[in-house]
Amino acid sequence: MTTPAQEFLRAAAQESADIPRRKAIRHAVDQYDAAVQHGRQQFLDYEGARQKCYEIKWEALNHLDEYLVEFEKNVNARGGHVFWADTAEDARGYIAALATQRGVRTVVKSKSMVTEEIHLTAALEKLGMRVFETDLGEFIVQLRNEPPFHIVTPAMHLTRADIAKLFREKLADAMSSGASSEEPPELVAAARRALRQAFFSAEMGITGANFLIADAGMIAITTNEGNDRLGTAVPRIHVAIAGIEKVVPRLEDLAMLWPVLATAGTGQTIACYNSLIGGPRASGEIDGPEEFHVVLLDNGRTNLLADAEQRDVLHCIRCGSCLNACPVFRTVGGHAYGTTYSGPIGSVLTPHLRGLNEFQHLSYASSLCGACTSACPVKIDLHHHLLHNRRNAVNDADRPWSERAGFKLWKWAMQSARRFAFVGSVGRAAVRGLHRLGLAGTFLDPLRTWTKFRAAPPIPRKSFRAMWRENGSR
Amino acid sequence: MDAVRVLRRIGCEVDFPEEQTCCGQPAFNSGYWNDARPVAQRFVRVFRGAEAVVCPSGSCTTMVRVFYPELLTGTNLSDEAKSLGSRVFEFSEFLIKVAGVTDVGASFPHRVTFHDACHGLRELHIKPETRELLRHVRGLELIEMPRSEECCGFGGTFATKFGMISAAMGETKAGNAESCGAEYLASNDPSCLMHIDGILRRRNSQVRTIHLASVLARTESADKGPEVKSHERSAE
Repeated sequence: MTTPAQEFLRAAAQESADIPRRKAIRHAVDQYDAAVQHGRQQFLDYEGARQKCYEIKWEALNHLDEYLVEFEKNVNARGGHVFWADTAEDARGYIAALATQRGVRTVVKSKSMVTEEIHLTAALEKLGMRVFETDLGEFIVQLRNEPPFHIVTPAMHLTRADIAKLFREKLADAMSSGASSEEPPELVAAARRALRQAFFSAEMGITGANFLIADAGMIAITTNEGNDRLGTAVPRIHVAIAGIEKVVPRLEDLAMLWPVLATAGTGQTIACYNSLIGGPRASGEIDGPEEFHVVLLDNGRTNLLADAEQRDVLHCIRCGSCLNACPVFRTVGGHAYGTTYSGPIGSVLTPHLRGLNEFQHLSYASSLCGACTSACPVKIDLHHHLLHNRRNAVNDADRPWSERAGFKLWKWAMQSARRFAFVGSVGRAAVRGLHRLGLAGTFLDPLRTWTKFRAAPPIPRKSFRAMWRENGSR
Repeated sequence: MDAVRVLRRIGCEVDFPEEQTCCGQPAFNSGYWNDARPVAQRFVRVFRGAEAVVCPSGSCTTMVRVFYPELLTGTNLSDEAKSLGSRVFEFSEFLIKVAGVTDVGASFPHRVTFHDACHGLRELHIKPETRELLRHVRGLELIEMPRSEECCGFGGTFATKFGMISAAMGETKAGNAESCGAEYLASNDPSCLMHIDGILRRRNSQVRTIHLASVLARTESADKGPEVKSHERSAE
């Protein structure tokens, strides 16, 4: 059996070598960067906006017990149901039981990473239900039987040609005219035709929630396609599922969070559809579901809440900006991570949600460049948390004995200038000697992991220390 | 030695305490904080008497200024580490902000592009300083490459643990440097330069690497011409 770490190395090597794929991602990110520059111009002070969002989330998380209960009370008052799910299994169980009891055969889903986290679709399909992703990108990756590549842009890795080919294979009926067309309007129309039927036969609509608003008892959903509106208005039952960290204190907080989410996520000034939903259809209303359920998911989040050092990871609004900013993500792509949440936020979060020992490698798979932290609109200290995870791994998880011994030896050598100089001179002489003997790159060469990908650095004959003694100190 | 030359040229008295070893970053970044701590404490003790500590690497400077306070919390050197952190300067930062010098009398008649090393850029917010210094070098043509702020992929042990990712990132950086028509890629971090240099030479590129201190060390009177060796080990 391969471990997640071995699988990551394999996938990362394959993806790093996939130049066309990297080019496609690079192109998407270039477009995103240009849009973000534009989106930021709506703020007089974008740094101030980031700070404000940080403070809103900080307040919410440090009073989570109060705001969640307030949210629940207000949802109940309008006739909605709130279910507290400790684990992914609890959440799946609740939704599956509800769907079974209500005789649900078809489910339409709006984009939700939490449903990916708990593998909800597979659970419902196992019960014989048909589940349709209705966000275009999610719909595309669902047809390919893949998880989303990116938390905001699920089909980022695919070109128009890839999608046209996929649709010709899987949606032959919907691709009525111009079967050879790769034009986006044509492809969108095909998806729309295929999904329209699903919308009107579904008994249950499942969505995530970008924010849970405590004082209003409402959920806020942001999309660019409006699929959430159809999916929550037509089916009899609406189930929303969200992590407990999604709660914000006040409705007015959205005045800052919505534009920041849009700018950080896609470079828009505001997303196309921002919906507020507060309960089932009330008497006198002409549309809306008969039942409204909100599932609040913990699934490891309270452990993170208890960790004062990394609590701010729960600020995350899932905008995806750290993924776009990350040179590692741009090189290996989202699938290589093998986790629901990829990129910097995934590398920080996953060890907390799924186990430090199995997912510590992700915290090492970073050059610690800090581009993620600079990009984060809610100021999560992402790259420093990678360092914290590494420290936690050394303290509490399995690391290779050779590495542990190596650093003990290193510590010994670094605590004396004489030993430091000695190790340096022996190292230089050894490498020079080996390379002169033509043994560069062999198992004897201490630089082989370096020279596998790069030319060996010129090894100076003398140390700085020696040069300093000879003529530096004058 | 180039950093020393420049500092002396502008009138600084330079000392190299021979008791120094390493700032501790390799162990710290790998998660071995308990192994890094005594090495960091040693650094604080060795340099405690210095008026200013100049380091030709943004990364090592970051270790002392940004990470020592966290690493040494609760130890008896905690306060001293913080005070030392405010006296440790990356080379370009020192020249501009402390010494107040923009023109060090250098001459380097070449087309140069600059790679903003991550730690210097994002932890210490150094960027205008490097450009200011380069603009005052005689004959130097500064060309900005695309995405000069993007990581080169070195990342310490990341470069060997995840060599394929690191190298792919290095290739991207190398491609950006080549595309802008520069003869030299300069930077203020020797580790980035060692990595980028290895990538460039492996692909037989025309672009060479050089440390900022080595650019600033060149003068008209003593122009040694471009060296064969790509970057000098001017730091320890």
